[in-house]
Amino acid sequence: MHWIILPVILPALFAPLIGFVMRWDIALARAASVTSTVLLVGIAVGLAMLAAGGDTHVYRLGDWPAPFGIVLVLDRLSALMVLLTSILALIVLIHAIATGWDNRGRHFHALFQFQLMGICGAFLTGDVFNLFVFFEVLLIASYGLMIHSGGKERMQAGLQYVVMNLAGSTLFLFALGTLYASTGTLNIADLAVRVAEIPPEEAALVRVAVILLMIVFAVKAALFPVQFWLPATYANAPAPVAALFAIMTKVGAYAILRIHTTAFGPGISGTEDLGGTWLFPAAIVTIGIGAIGVLGARRLMPLIGFSVVGSMGTLLVAVAMFSPTAISAALYYMVHSTFAAACLFLIADLVISRRSGDRLSAEQPTSQNGLFAALFFGAAIAMAGMPPLSGFLGKLLVLDALRDPGVIGWAWSAILIGSLLTILGFARAGSTLFWKSTAMLPDADMTELEDIRPANPATALQVAPSMLALVTLAMLAAFAGPVSAYLEQTSNQLFDRAEYVGAVLATPQEVSE
Amino acid sequence: MEFLVASSIGVLTAGGVYLILRLRTFPIILGLALLSYAVNVFIFASGRLTIDASPILSKYENVIYADPLPQALVLTAIVISFGMTAVLVMIGLGAYLEADSDKIDLEADETGDRT
Repeated sequence: MHWIILPVILPALFAPLIGFVMRWDIALARAASVTSTVLLVGIAVGLAMLAAGGDTHVYRLGDWPAPFGIVLVLDRLSALMVLLTSILALIVLIHAIATGWDNRGRHFHALFQFQLMGICGAFLTGDVFNLFVFFEVLLIASYGLMIHSGGKERMQAGLQYVVMNLAGSTLFLFALGTLYASTGTLNIADLAVRVAEIPPEEAALVRVAVILLMIVFAVKAALFPVQFWLPATYANAPAPVAALFAIMTKVGAYAILRIHTTAFGPGISGTEDLGGTWLFPAAIVTIGIGAIGVLGARRLMPLIGFSVVGSMGTLLVAVAMFSPTAISAALYYMVHSTFAAACLFLIADLVISRRSGDRLSAEQPTSQNGLFAALFFGAAIAMAGMPPLSGFLGKLLVLDALRDPGVIGWAWSAILIGSLLTILGFARAGSTLFWKSTAMLPDADMTELEDIRPANPATALQVAPSMLALVTLAMLAAFAGPVSAYLEQTSNQLFDRAEYVGAVLATPQEVSE
Repeated sequence: MEFLVASSIGVLTAGGVYLILRLRTFPIILGLALLSYAVNVFIFASGRLTIDASPILSKYENVIYADPLPQALVLTAIVISFGMTAVLVMIGLGAYLEADSDKIDLEADETGDRT
C-alpha cells in the first residue's frame, strides 16, 4: 500500500521540477501544476474510497514498526481532509491561472505544490513531531505565497504573519518537549496508550503539554485570543492565496480534532476535561469577534477574513463538545465553510480587480455587475448560513448537536446572533458594492466614465472556479443525507480509539498476517 | 547542572519574548533566534540530562545511556529554525525596503479602514 504516501510525494516531486526546470516558462509550469493537482484529486478520491471501507490503514516509513518509526495513517477523517484539500486546490489553481495571478510574481506554482505537500502531510501523519515538520513545510510555502507579487502593505502584513507563525512554531516545540518529557513518546497512538496509564494526580505535566498544543493549534485555527493575525493576513494576501488559506485554518481544527480526541480525549482520565473547558468559551468569543468584524469592516477582504474567523468559531464550538454527534456536525460545517470562504475570496477577486480597490463604497459599476452580484450573494448566503445552500444545514446540524443544557444558552445565542450580524454585514457590503453602484450611473457622463474604466468582462474560465465552488456548496446541501451519514461514520471511527491504536501499534508479525 | 540548564532556558526565553515585544524587525529576528535556542536546549533536556553516556543501549550491562531521540529532534528543529530565520531576514529586508520602516505592526488603515 504505497498509495497513502503519494499525496505527499507527488507535489514534492512536481514542486522542485516546476521551480528549477520550468522557472522561465509559465505555460509549462501551469501545465505541470494542473497535472499534479488533477492527479492529486484522483489519488485523494482513491484514498477516500479505500478509507470508506472503515479500516485504519497504516503506512510505515522504512517499514519501521510504530512507535519507533514514523507512520502515516489513513482513516476516514484524514482521507476526507486530503480530498477536501485537493478539490479546493484545483479550484484555486484554475482561478489563479485564469486571472493571471500566478504570473505577477515568481514561483507561484512551485510554492503552491509545496503548500499542498505540507497540508496533505499534516492530514496524514500519525506522529506529532512529524506533524510539526509538515506544519513548517506548509508554513514556509505559505510565507512565499503570502507575499507573492509583493507591494508595501502585503510585505508588511506578510512579515507580521511570518513572525506570528514562527512564535507559534517555537511554542509547538516547547509543547512537544514537555509531551516527550512526560510520556516518552510522540506517536499519537502510543500517546493515547501512555497518557491513559498516567493517574490523574500525576498528570500535571501532560496537562501543560495538552494546553500548549491546543494554543498552537488555536493559532492556526484563528481562535480567540490568537485570532488577530487572520484578517490582516487574508486581507493583504493575493486573493487566490487567501482562498487556499481557507484550508489552513482547517489544519488547526483538524489537529485539535485528531490529537485532542485520540490522545487526550474522552475516556482518558488525566486530560479529558481540558479540551472542552478551554475550547468552548474561546470558540464562543471567536464567533462574536467574527460577527462584529464582518459588521464593522470597511473593506471587502477584511470583511471576508472576519467571516472566516466567525465560521472557525462555529466549527470549534461543535468540536469542543468532543462527542461523536457534535463532531460529525462539525465535519459537515468544516467542509462547507472551506468552500464558502474560498468562493467568497475568489468572487471578491473578480470584483476588486475591476474596481479601484476593495473599499466598500459606491463606485461606477463593473461590467457584468449582475453576474458578480448573484455570485457574491450566493456565496454570502452560504457563509452566513441561510437556506438553501449548505451553510444553513451546517449551522442547523451544529445547533442540533449543542442541545446539552449546560451549553445550549451560550452556544445557540452566540451562533444565532452571530449569524444575524454576519447576514447584516454581508447585505450592507453587497448592496454598497453592487446596487448603490448602479445608482451612480445616471449622474455621471456615460461616455467619460467608459474612457476611465474599460469594460474588461470576466471570461468564462475566470468565473468557472467561483461557480464550481458554489455548485459544490449546492451539491453538499442536495446530498446532505448521504454526506452526513458518511461523516457520522467518520466521527465514530475517530472515537474508536482502540481500533486506531491497534492498527498503528500492530507488531510486524501481526502486520504480515 | 539542572539549575544551570533550567535557568539558561529561562533567561533565553525571557530575552526572546522581550525582544519580540519590541515590534521592530531586527529585535524580533534576534528574539526569535533566542527563543529557538531556548527551545532547542529545552527539547534536549526533555530526554533527561546525562553526562558521559552514549546514546545507545548496551545489551551486555545495564548502564545509563543518553536518550537519542531528543538529539534527533533537536537536529531537525535546528535545521528548520535556521531556514526559517533566513526566510524571516529576507522578508523583513523586503518589507523594510518597500515601506522604508522596520515597524512590524500595520497602520490601522491597512488592516481595517482606509479612507
